[in-house]
Amino acid sequence: MEMKPLTRVILGLVCLLVAIWLVAPTLVVVPMSFNGNKSLAFPPQGFSWQWYQNFLTNPDWSSSFLNSLKVASIVAVLATVLGTLAAFGLDRMKARPANLLRMLMLTPMVVPGVVLAIGIYAVYLDARLVGTLVGFVLAHTILALPFVLIAVSASLEVFDRRLETAAASLGAGALTTFRTVTMPLILPGMLSGLLFAFATSFDEIVVSLFITNPYLKTLPVQIFSSITRDADPTVAAVGTILLCATTILIGGGMLLLGREPKGRQ
Amino acid sequence: MSALEPTTPSAPNRAGWAWRPYALTLPALLLLVAVIGYPLLTIVLRSLSEPQWGVQNYIWFFGAPVNLTVLQRTFVISAWVTVVCAACAYPYAYLMTAVGPRVRLILVLCVLIPFWVSGVVRTLSWVILLQDSGVINSLLRSAGFDGIRLIRTQTGVVIGMAQVLLPFMILPLYSVMKGIDLRLMRAAQSLGARPSRAFFTVYLPLSLPGVYAGAIIVFILALGFYITPALLGGPRSTMLSTLVQTQVLSLLQWGRGGAMGVVLLVTTFVLLALAAPVMRSRYREAERR
Repeated sequence: MEMKPLTRVILGLVCLLVAIWLVAPTLVVVPMSFNGNKSLAFPPQGFSWQWYQNFLTNPDWSSSFLNSLKVASIVAVLATVLGTLAAFGLDRMKARPANLLRMLMLTPMVVPGVVLAIGIYAVYLDARLVGTLVGFVLAHTILALPFVLIAVSASLEVFDRRLETAAASLGAGALTTFRTVTMPLILPGMLSGLLFAFATSFDEIVVSLFITNPYLKTLPVQIFSSITRDADPTVAAVGTILLCATTILIGGGMLLLGREPKGRQ
Repeated sequence: MSALEPTTPSAPNRAGWAWRPYALTLPALLLLVAVIGYPLLTIVLRSLSEPQWGVQNYIWFFGAPVNLTVLQRTFVISAWVTVVCAACAYPYAYLMTAVGPRVRLILVLCVLIPFWVSGVVRTLSWVILLQDSGVINSLLRSAGFDGIRLIRTQTGVVIGMAQVLLPFMILPLYSVMKGIDLRLMRAAQSLGARPSRAFFTVYLPLSLPGVYAGAIIVFILALGFYITPALLGGPRSTMLSTLVQTQVLSLLQWGRGGAMGVVLLVTTFVLLALAAPVMRSRYREAERR
């Protein structure tokens, strides 16, 4: 589209502002995490590592962190297995039932969090699942499932099914075909589903707030209650750690993805 | 497992394996019924049966002015968030289609990074930025201005929510804009249209499906927001989700909380159902043109 230079400059400036608005606000946790005082007021006073120490030594923080890791790891595996199976089934179905079932399986993405949360809470109260590992895993798995389904379905769409026929015609059994032909080719989809599922569970807060109890808290629940209770800069330290971890993960993932095509050729 | 399902017409037992795909989806469906279907059903039933059978909870909900104020406010805040998102996303998504691959990668990263940063942490940073002793107010004060109240106001809630939801607007917009043939603009200009006229009569209508898609997603997600309004909002910016939570956890009024939840749920699905055909026909229209 032809544009006047002035329009160009304005467009560039607006987009720069939007980009800053998207990325910059989160970075504010970094200076706050080295605060010398127990306060979240800006600007931070002094310098200290004490909030990082607190995160590592205070059992409230370290146990909730370990809980989140545990739940998210189980959820990632469970959701990836269930989601891949489902994506396969949908891929091999007739279009009409497949679309219907797919829509059904994507509903967890659009049901308002609180409505789902009170529903699950009600059922968990009866089933004695409040504050249990099983309870967290089940709830998070269903919330993570749509992401796995989308990722694996996308890679199945470009998968050439004749390869399976070829493998079968050469005498490979169903499982061998899946293990040696199909799975390696849809692996990128499964891996990104796994990552999404982990992130979904690790970050889930609304349902977690309802099904938590003092014996089992996840990290987001601990962060939320810390923010609402007092101005403890430990939340900023945790935020900084999460920010670094995410950056390393995404950076590493991008490097891997960037290298992959070359490795294949 | 999939290879067992015959992929060639000559396979002899095609009919015998027809149930197989359904069996593969069964575990996921069972979990869906147990952890989504059954709980939602429970809430609907409780809204109709507690304290006794009937629609009293719904009559209460629509009869109390407080609830209607909050309902209206939920819609107004969501609408504002949608408008802010659309206004920011439109130029941004356009620029994504207009720049070279390297700048585009940076722009895409700026959209995706917030997706990956923990939602609670992002809301925390908005608390730090917007609070009375926060970044914005201390900058204002050091520049000699009076501080302004941002936290516990609707403005603060809208700012925080729009930032979280902006990627959901940018991505569908970008995917639609990417498909627009820019030669149409050149054709319009060669026929004598000024750039602004060419934009409003050619480009804007073609990009509208993306705006609709993004707006619907953002609006629906905004309706159900809970964490951001809870942390950034105050009593005068309570949204429906917070009210549901108060009824259930603080007042143990499962019937009333359930009724509110059902209202929220039904609104969401009605909007989705209304939007689906509109979006589909718009897409088709765009394709045909």
